[in-house]
Amino acid sequence: MNCTKLELRSYPPFIHDWKTSAKAAWICSATLVPVALWSSVLYGRIAVVTWLTAVAAALVAEAAASALTRRWTLGDGSAVLTGLLIAAAMPPGAPWYVPVASAAFAILIVKAAFGGLGANWMNPALAGVAFAYANWPAHMREYVLPRFVAGVDGVTAATPLTFAKGLAGGLDIKVMDALRGASYPLSAIDGAVTGFLNDSLFSRLSARLPDGYIDLIIGFKPGALGESALLAVALGSIVLVSLRLIKLEIPLAMLAVFGLLARLFGTGLPGEGFLAGDAMFAMSGGSLLLVAFYMAADPVSSPVGRGACLLYGASIGALSFVFRRWGAFTEGVAYAVLVMNVTVPFIEKAATGLRLKRGGVA
Amino acid sequence: MKPSKAVVILKDNLWSNNPIFIQILGICSTLAVTNNLSNTLVMTVGVALTTAFSSMTLSALKGLIPRKVRMIVQVVVISFYVILIDILLRAYLPEASRQLGPYVGLIITNCIIMGRAEAFAQANPPFLSFWDGLTSGLGYMAVLMAIAVVRELLGFGTLFGLRVMPAGFVPWTIMIMAPSAFFLVAMVMWWAKSMQAGRQAAGKEAKK
Repeated sequence: MNCTKLELRSYPPFIHDWKTSAKAAWICSATLVPVALWSSVLYGRIAVVTWLTAVAAALVAEAAASALTRRWTLGDGSAVLTGLLIAAAMPPGAPWYVPVASAAFAILIVKAAFGGLGANWMNPALAGVAFAYANWPAHMREYVLPRFVAGVDGVTAATPLTFAKGLAGGLDIKVMDALRGASYPLSAIDGAVTGFLNDSLFSRLSARLPDGYIDLIIGFKPGALGESALLAVALGSIVLVSLRLIKLEIPLAMLAVFGLLARLFGTGLPGEGFLAGDAMFAMSGGSLLLVAFYMAADPVSSPVGRGACLLYGASIGALSFVFRRWGAFTEGVAYAVLVMNVTVPFIEKAATGLRLKRGGVA
Repeated sequence: MKPSKAVVILKDNLWSNNPIFIQILGICSTLAVTNNLSNTLVMTVGVALTTAFSSMTLSALKGLIPRKVRMIVQVVVISFYVILIDILLRAYLPEASRQLGPYVGLIITNCIIMGRAEAFAQANPPFLSFWDGLTSGLGYMAVLMAIAVVRELLGFGTLFGLRVMPAGFVPWTIMIMAPSAFFLVAMVMWWAKSMQAGRQAAGKEAKK
């Protein structure tokens, strides 16, 4: 292997730092391990199988790409990361070919075909997931209840977001109460914790916490592998931000815009009033947090400048709200990021143009 | 021995100047009809015949058409042949005609036909133009049939409507939808261009 050629193939920024892209990818992957563990506890063996299948398929695809291009790239960790992120978006117990095909599509077509790591203009994992959504829509919407709620493995149920779309709402009905009214499954832990919080804290403030939020946060609900381990995702995102592996502007702008819009226009419950949306429900349901920190802020497919990052994140937030609120899928977040990935060059151009107009460095 | 003009045209239209992966014409019908092999076959035969006959007619008429209105005349000639094909299909292949629906009429908008009429038939004799139109259509057909094989096989598990895949096969929904044609056309282009680039490099080396 010619060494100078390798160097020519690396991409900017050329800054000397401990943060090589390989190290960043391995750290990112490591922060996903708690997510994998927690979802395996929740959903049992089927979750473990899905995680392992996706990572193994990603490794095989990367090895194939390495063999074709004669560049050994398995060590840069991006294949493992892509595999993990694909598994995180899969429903537990998806048939084996779903994660395998997504991983192969992500790595061979979206990444390797455009020149490998650093040259891909879309986030490979998200593109793989979108491929799976388009290809096997039925499998990708088949979610199961965690064993702690159902008592046994493999009870299928709709995710809270999908379920809420089919409910009969009203002007004064909140999402959480509507879910309970339709006897959406609730775990014993949620009842206990919410009861304790209400008795000891909220009753003194003359407020009441509806049942169900604890379930959403600790993941006692049907959902994709990554979205159920919300706390583990939050932990991982703290690591990523504190090590400055991702630009904080992107997820921050995205979540702020999304939360604001959800508050204003509701979460998708039919008949919901203006300004009465449940932002907490909207943000803890679905894979919003995971996508915001791990996929939207992917350093390869996101813009560089601060203004561009804010614009990019805010547009993703707005688009994902629109897709989720009025689209057919509740998982529009993935599509929102892909759409904005495509526009990154234009966003950067626009941001640079503005800076030049204001009399910056010309 | 120098290859004859007809052979050069054949090779050009099938490979080195293929309408789909080099000229990138006729992409709309590539996206629309290729999820079913028999429809693709009917459609591409229709396009090949229309291109051949309209190129021949326009080449024969080229001395009579005033240059300023030649586009209009070309469209009239092309639509004449498209209507013929539409009527023939309705009479002899009513099932395929129903399935293709508006796409038969839309052959008239296929850029390959106008492209050959403008680029080739304007400057060449009628029979050579006929051959050029026919081979252009064949180049188009070859690519579309290749794409349709993949799409029908993965999207329905069948080939020409006959079940090929084992019973446990789960169809790929995306292959029935238009986006898959984008991926597949891009892959065909990638393959063909890298093949041609490799061959050109080899040719240059040999000349040195």
